[in-house]
Amino acid sequence: MNANSLSTADPIIICRDVHKWFGNYHALRGIDMDVRRGEVVVVFGPSGSGKSTFIRTINRLEEHQRGQIIVDGIELTHDVRNIERVRMETGMVFQQFNLFPHLTVIDNITLAPIWVRGWTKAQAEEIAMQLLKRVGIPEQARKYPGQLSGGQQQRVAIARALAMQPKIMLFDEPTSALDPEMIKEVLDVMVELAESGMTMIVVTHEMGFARAVADTMYFFDQGQIVESGTPEQIFGDPREARTKLFLSQILSH
Amino acid sequence: MSANTPTVSKSADVLPPPTERYSVVRWLHKNLFSTWYNTLLTIIMLALAGLIVRNVLEWALTQARWDVITVNMRLFMVGQYPVNELWRIWACVVLLAFLIGMSWGIWGRMQRGGAIAFGALPFLLAIVTSDDTSRVALIATGIAGVIGYALSWRWCGILQRASIVGWILYFPILFILVNGIGGGDSPLPSVPTNLWGGLLLTLLLTVVGIVFSFPIGVLLALGRQSKLPVISWLCVGYIELIRGVPFISVLFMAQLMLPLFLPGVTIDRVVRAMAGVVIFSAAYLAENVRGGLQSIPRGQYEASYALGLSSWKMTLLIILPQALRAVIPILVGQFIALFKDTSLVVIVGLLDLMGIARTVLAQPDFLGLQAEVYTFIALVYGVFCYMMSAFSQRLEAKLHIGR
Repeated sequence: MNANSLSTADPIIICRDVHKWFGNYHALRGIDMDVRRGEVVVVFGPSGSGKSTFIRTINRLEEHQRGQIIVDGIELTHDVRNIERVRMETGMVFQQFNLFPHLTVIDNITLAPIWVRGWTKAQAEEIAMQLLKRVGIPEQARKYPGQLSGGQQQRVAIARALAMQPKIMLFDEPTSALDPEMIKEVLDVMVELAESGMTMIVVTHEMGFARAVADTMYFFDQGQIVESGTPEQIFGDPREARTKLFLSQILSH
Repeated sequence: MSANTPTVSKSADVLPPPTERYSVVRWLHKNLFSTWYNTLLTIIMLALAGLIVRNVLEWALTQARWDVITVNMRLFMVGQYPVNELWRIWACVVLLAFLIGMSWGIWGRMQRGGAIAFGALPFLLAIVTSDDTSRVALIATGIAGVIGYALSWRWCGILQRASIVGWILYFPILFILVNGIGGGDSPLPSVPTNLWGGLLLTLLLTVVGIVFSFPIGVLLALGRQSKLPVISWLCVGYIELIRGVPFISVLFMAQLMLPLFLPGVTIDRVVRAMAGVVIFSAAYLAENVRGGLQSIPRGQYEASYALGLSSWKMTLLIILPQALRAVIPILVGQFIALFKDTSLVVIVGLLDLMGIARTVLAQPDFLGLQAEVYTFIALVYGVFCYMMSAFSQRLEAKLHIGR
């Protein structure tokens, strides 16, 4: 997709031997992944495979207990300042949208730019309106999240994350909580974002989306990366039996 | 619906909901006289209610000696606050009316009926009262309220901030006016607190209780959830200790122990009682706020962190606004309880509204008039509690809870 930016082999995210335990349960068992600037990564796999846990370690919503994660040259450690710097550079979109229900759409979007980046209200609102136009719902700016449909809420959530002008966008199953007719409107926004050159890690089962825009796909199972490759390799000629089985299960109908 | 006819909605199928129109007779029949035993119940209850109302009215209009109230009205309202300094209290009331009028115009435009009823209250009282000074002051109060309301209609946008500043400034002004500064020769000679009493003292205890216990309670609730064990243990310890002790003993302790803990510093008796109210109320408030904090889904925290908000910004901007909104009905319930609980300061020798009632009943002229005095007290408490609860409902509607 982004052949030009990919040629500069300059990883913006480096994960080395990342481990994570929940109590005794070994959720991530040695994840290695490099993501280059502008690369679109799709992570897929059965539920409980650790894919959501993994994406959440990248902005430290989950703490990894072994290994190394370096985001844009900043290593994630216990240092709170580093964590906040990484979070400023990393936008995240959640399965359940997680908009702030007590704030209007525009206030949801401008809150972090004003309070974290220190922009003026006017400046933040101008950018927020541009983003709302980009995701196609400028007319909803003064409404509350509860008055919007699921698809509209998720598009606001994308705009909210983009308002911080992040270098990386993380999507944690962004369409899994949506009614079928709303999935497309969210995927359209994500495709446009991918084509604009944004670095993205997307946890999703939308294989059409993966085929269209992914540069690299990673198949997760039981806390490990079983297989990775371009969409052509993964869909056309998967090496591992587990990958074949999983793909046949989700693509069978 | 037969199986082989597909049901396709036509646009004509969009119908208004059915409206049921009742005549009075049908309504009566449906709700009161639908069966023979409902009819019987209705008749018995009507007879009973009629009897009670008749007896109460007969007592109130012919037998009751309301002069015990009118003669002692000043005592009920302000206790032994010196007559020469009464203008200060009235100034506070007038200012309050102005602020209420203004705020009502800014935030409560929908409740025009309520505004008229509330605005008419001082004028009605002015008609009823027998004292000329009070009449003038009450009329001034009413006019101040009307002016505030009118101003806010005209300049809503500008006054929004001004009214918030006004409310914040109101409380120090209230205390300077009521308490006074300096000795006998200053324009505002201080009035010793042992002369404060009646409704004035009740309201002051309540206001101080609410204004100070609210931030302390919120901090305690946040502290209880803190990840730092020392802070959370301290908060839990405080909350559980205070909640495990009756209010009266907290009042006694504040009265007796504070001077022991702070030797050399003489703390005023009323201030000690206020401290007792705040100490007690904060612990309960903390638990109510904690309930609100627990109702916030984890996703709200995650979204805040993912945007790079620091913990305290997240707490102030995202978590507390939602948590407090969720517990408004509970908090107002607690404030109403606090308002009524202040009557327990009688125990430590303060003459609040309830205390004054007792002293009035001890006057030789008015022995045995418990019914009149307590009815009046109940009315006053009732009016204030009703206003608090009505305000809470408006506030909830305003912040559209459950939208």
